[in-house]
Amino acid sequence: MKFGVIIFPGSNCDYDAYTVVKDIIKRDVEFLWHQDALLADCDCVILPGGFSYGDYLRTGAIARFSSIMKKVVDFARDGGLVVGICNGFQILLESGLLPGAMLRNTSLRFICKFVHIEVENENTPFTKMCRKDQVLKIPIAHTDGNYFISDEGLKRLEQNQQIVFRYCDEQGKITKEANPNGSLYNIAGICNEKRNVLGMMPHPERASEEVLGSEDGKYIFQSIVDFFEKGKSV
Amino acid sequence: MDKESQSSRAVVYVKLKDGVLDPQGSTIQRALENMGYEGIKDVRSGKTFEIVFQQNQGKKPEDLVDEICRKLLTNPVIEKYNFEILK
Repeated sequence: MKFGVIIFPGSNCDYDAYTVVKDIIKRDVEFLWHQDALLADCDCVILPGGFSYGDYLRTGAIARFSSIMKKVVDFARDGGLVVGICNGFQILLESGLLPGAMLRNTSLRFICKFVHIEVENENTPFTKMCRKDQVLKIPIAHTDGNYFISDEGLKRLEQNQQIVFRYCDEQGKITKEANPNGSLYNIAGICNEKRNVLGMMPHPERASEEVLGSEDGKYIFQSIVDFFEKGKSV
Repeated sequence: MDKESQSSRAVVYVKLKDGVLDPQGSTIQRALENMGYEGIKDVRSGKTFEIVFQQNQGKKPEDLVDEICRKLLTNPVIEKYNFEILK
């Protein structure tokens, strides 16, 4: 199985994602340049965190029009696995691959800290190695992570079980206090209806080695590998 | 001035839709209250863009600016816009 990590101008978690795939998960991985419009036979494409195009206009708004994004949209429509982390999630929202939008954090601050998220849906290619309601400790690092969607949109997300992660406390309780940024319904990560596109604000690539304070991020990468290499069933 | 070199200026105003939480607007409102201003009922933040473009692009200026607003300047999930075209 081969992963691709896209580099946009301003991406800064690209090497973290690359390193986790190569050294921890031990699978093939290649960097993909935003202007190349090539996905190089990758089986899973990662849109990493960072500040693509300086976050000008809106987060992800300019990156969405880069050459490679047309390929990513086609790839996703054909069922290819796509993961957007933090700024990558914002780009997926702007591209229309995932529903909703990001607002400024209610505190208006850049928040960089470990948070806990509950696995709301374990039946996805990205969470199949997790238990339902499992609590993962993974850090966030963003200013615009306050997820918003219309009432009807939220209803659809719930009905289709597209909510994958929700912010919770250490015990797994979903509380207002455990919500770091004001996200609607404590939403930390969602997938599309087809379950092949995931967007999440927490950074699993920053929590895949014990020395970094948590290995819980590995569940996401290992789930993807397991899904792909064991007959694509969740 | 020959016709082709005539240019128009559009001013686009973008703000969050009513009902969408505006953390920046609320913070500014609280600051105003702390400064002693009374009777501030609401503050909504937004963005302004000025676009200067050549006329005679085959599209009506209104249509062109509207298209730009929809495609790039706003995210319809959270934002709304209006604009004026100045000659």
